[in-house]
Amino acid sequence: MENQKQRQAAYLRRSLFDQGYIDDQFIHLEELQDDANPNFVEEVVNLFYTDSARLIRNIELALENGPYDFTRLDNMMYQFKGSSSSIGARRVKRQCCQFQEYCNAKNIEGCKNTFQGVKQEYNTLKTKLEAYFQMAREGSHYV
Amino acid sequence: MEKMANELHVLAVDDSHVDRKVIERLLKISSCKVTAVESGRRALQYLGLDGEKTSVGIDGLKVNLILTDYSMPGMTGYELLKKIKESSALSKIPVVIMSSEKILPRIDRCLEEGAEEFLLKPVKLSDVKRLRDFILRGEGDNEETEKKIKEGSSRKRKFHEDSSTQSMPSSLVTGHDIQSKPESSAASVSQQPLPKQPKIG
Repeated sequence: MENQKQRQAAYLRRSLFDQGYIDDQFIHLEELQDDANPNFVEEVVNLFYTDSARLIRNIELALENGPYDFTRLDNMMYQFKGSSSSIGARRVKRQCCQFQEYCNAKNIEGCKNTFQGVKQEYNTLKTKLEAYFQMAREGSHYV
Repeated sequence: MEKMANELHVLAVDDSHVDRKVIERLLKISSCKVTAVESGRRALQYLGLDGEKTSVGIDGLKVNLILTDYSMPGMTGYELLKKIKESSALSKIPVVIMSSEKILPRIDRCLEEGAEEFLLKPVKLSDVKRLRDFILRGEGDNEETEKKIKEGSSRKRKFHEDSSTQSMPSSLVTGHDIQSKPESSAASVSQQPLPKQPKIG
C-alpha cells in the first residue's frame, strides 16, 4: 500500500523524466539496486557531485583569463560530460556538448555563456534529486 | 585455469570515480570478482608489469579479463592494451576497451591491436553479462584466439549497428545522440514503479 510520501516521490521521479532532466541511464542504475544495495543510485549521484566539484571549479578558473587553452577546456569538459552521462544527467550533458562545440569553434564567449548553463543545470538537478531521494527514503520508512 | 566455476576476476581500469563505481556494481551483479584501478599505470603495477619493484606481487588472484576506459590521462586504454599484448605473460588475457565516443578508426585500431571488443559507454548490465558469457565460453578456445591474432590481418569489426547477429559479441549503439532520443521515452518510463527501497522495521 503506497503512502503519501511514496506517491510524492514517484511524482518527483516522473517529473524528472518528463522534463528531460534525466534519461534512461538513470533507470539502468535503478535496476542495479537490490535489498543489499538499496541506495546505489543515490550513492552514485552523491559521488558524481563530490567528484565533479573540483572539475567544475577548474573549468571556471580556466575560463577566467586568457590566453585560453581550448584543448584543455575541451578535455576537462569531456571528463565532466562522461560522468554526467553515467548518471543519466540529460540536460547537463546537453550543455556539455554545446560547450565542446564552442571549444571547437574557439569561441570563448560561447564557452563562458554555455558554462553558466552547465552550472545551472548541474545545480538544479542536484536540488531536484536531493528532494526526490529524501522523499523516497521517507516514504520507505512506512512500508 | 584456476578460477571459481563460472566466476571471473575482472580488472577494471577507469580514471572516473563514478564510472569505476558503476562498472564495479555491474560486474558484481554479474558474479565477477572485481579489482578497480584508476589508471593504466596502476593496472600494470597490479599485473606485475610496471618494471618498478613492487613490494607486493600480484595478490594471487588471476585476472581473466581487463576492462579499460580508452581516454585516460597518462596512459590511454590503447597504450595499456599494447603493453599487455606485448607481454608474453599477459597477452592471453582478453582486453575490452570502453569509450563514450564511437570513433571508428579508434575502434579498428584497438581491435587490430588485439582488443576483444569495444563497448560504448555508459556500459550496460547486458553488455557485461554478454561479455562474461563470451569470456567463459572462450576460456577453452585460446588456441583459436591466438591463431586469429597471429594472422595479423585487420580483425573484422565486431561492433555492429544492429543486434541481429548474435554469433560474436557486439556492442549495440546506444542512444548517445541525445537529440535523436525520442521524447516518448520519458512518457513510457512514467509507468515505471518506484525502484526498490529498503523495508525498515
